[in-house]
Amino acid sequence: MSEKVLMKGNEAFAEAAIRGGAGFYFGYPITPQNEIPEYMSHELKKRGGAFIQAESELAAVNMAYGAAAAGGRVFISSSSPGIALMQEGISFMCSAEVPAVFLNASRGGPGVGGIQPGQADYFQATRGGGNGDYQVPVFAPATTQEAIDMIYNAFAIAEKYRNPVMVLADGMMGQMMEPVVLPEEKPRLTSEMIPEEKPWAISGNTGKKPRSVIKSLRLQPDDLENHVEKLFEKYGIMEKELVDYEAYDLEDAEVVFVAFGTVARLVMESMEMLREKGIKAGMIRPKSLWPFPYEAFEKISANTKAVISVELSMGQMIHDVKMGVQGRLPVELIHRTGGIVPTSIEVVEKTLKILEGLK
Amino acid sequence: MESVFKVTRGLLPVDTSYCPGCTHGIAHRLIMECLEERGELESTVGVSPIGCSIVAHQFMNIDMCESAHGRAPAVASGIRRVHPDKTVFTYQGDGDLASIGAGEIVHAAHRGEKFTTFFINNAIYGMTGGQMAPTTLIGQKATTAVEGRTVEQAGKPLRMAELIATIEGAVFVERVALDTPAHVRNAKKVIHKALEVQKQRLGFSFVEILSTCPTNWGKTPYDATKWLAENMIPYYPLGNLKTPEGMK
Repeated sequence: MSEKVLMKGNEAFAEAAIRGGAGFYFGYPITPQNEIPEYMSHELKKRGGAFIQAESELAAVNMAYGAAAAGGRVFISSSSPGIALMQEGISFMCSAEVPAVFLNASRGGPGVGGIQPGQADYFQATRGGGNGDYQVPVFAPATTQEAIDMIYNAFAIAEKYRNPVMVLADGMMGQMMEPVVLPEEKPRLTSEMIPEEKPWAISGNTGKKPRSVIKSLRLQPDDLENHVEKLFEKYGIMEKELVDYEAYDLEDAEVVFVAFGTVARLVMESMEMLREKGIKAGMIRPKSLWPFPYEAFEKISANTKAVISVELSMGQMIHDVKMGVQGRLPVELIHRTGGIVPTSIEVVEKTLKILEGLK
Repeated sequence: MESVFKVTRGLLPVDTSYCPGCTHGIAHRLIMECLEERGELESTVGVSPIGCSIVAHQFMNIDMCESAHGRAPAVASGIRRVHPDKTVFTYQGDGDLASIGAGEIVHAAHRGEKFTTFFINNAIYGMTGGQMAPTTLIGQKATTAVEGRTVEQAGKPLRMAELIATIEGAVFVERVALDTPAHVRNAKKVIHKALEVQKQRLGFSFVEILSTCPTNWGKTPYDATKWLAENMIPYYPLGNLKTPEGMK
């Protein structure tokens, strides 16, 4: 196993993608993820891949589609407004069944918003985000190490299902430095290997394999309906196979937090502070946001008085939390938005108020 | 008996979905004949646009993908990175390339992408039913300019070949037309040249092909070719705008 190194989040994300076998990256500058295209611009060429600084996020995502349809292993990143522009391509790639891995270092919105961390892209990420019926698996890391592992493993998932996969980090994770262990570098596919490895890809090899067509247009309604139903059979399998979460101290918890990403880390601190005050607190930390770990909520004990969703938005995940709780318990929200991350003390104080109000 | 003419292997033996008199069929055939003659049919990747020709892959017998509206040059740039040794082209109409995809075509040319763009200019939106395009002529009627396009309302038509020719990365730029047999024969020669520029990896190559849309122009196929000759060619002059040194 490799040694421990200190890395900035964004650079670690980029290195994880390269080690996961990504050969192609297309990016457009947007804060707070600029270190990713910067890193890719000098690293990928050295390691047998290619980088383009695209003229826009629209172009970047369509370059990603082209490279992935051609059989390349593609990584692409942006931040919230840029990811919004990329939805055209993500919807198209879901329809055309083309795999790629996306990273959103999300920031506060709506509109241009700010450049500080946010989680208000939860709906965008988990409900499709673009036009039409489709789903993208979304993984939410809480540490740089977890982000590395999720990005590294995301390529195999994307290729297994021939579907884009999203890693939803936030601006905080991109900017902070942490010690990490980098995984072994996987070999990169060469142009010559693609017709055999990915016979569905448009590789310009009609002499060696049947002709490939990658398409999204289906003008006949029954053809389109059949195609979407086929996609949803696939999403149904993903829902079973990809759901992932951590549950902490649920057994005796009086209050159960639900939090993902950066927020889950500070909630861990809040849980300790609450226990020092004699209040038993637990947490469900979804690692996959779609599929959402609804089954985790069955583990909530009879002692629990309330479930609290802690988010960097006006409350988006809370809708999934309510579906998980199914009306059995009060579901409350602790949140900040606009790029503000609450302190662990703030979460404790707000929790105490909520518990007081329930008496 | 020796066969003196046969349909290229580059076209599949199916009917096209194009209207009678539409020149997409001719453009498809010329490109596929050139690829076959060059021995590149089996090593080509094509990108079709949004528009009537999104379904070009149903007729062109090569590896191919569709692209979102206007994005074909970005898609082809991605394909080119994965397959540096293949022939790559985009086939785009004027709504696709000159309007919604104006950014993508300019920057593909700007990067000097080593692929070829075939730009079908018929001065109107075809598939959506005859709306005004950036290339619609002054006075030409469209469903979004029922009295005819005016300068006040929409400016003057964009000359894309001239625009692309100003970009350093575009090394071969020529405009051809499909209105007469002589022009069709010349178009084929120009397509060959553009593909040769690509093969030598000299830079971006661009062929604008003036085409007809009898249905949305409200003309018979014959009148449409006449209209092209009398109205489009004077505004969109035919000829070469740029050829790399050594290929002249």
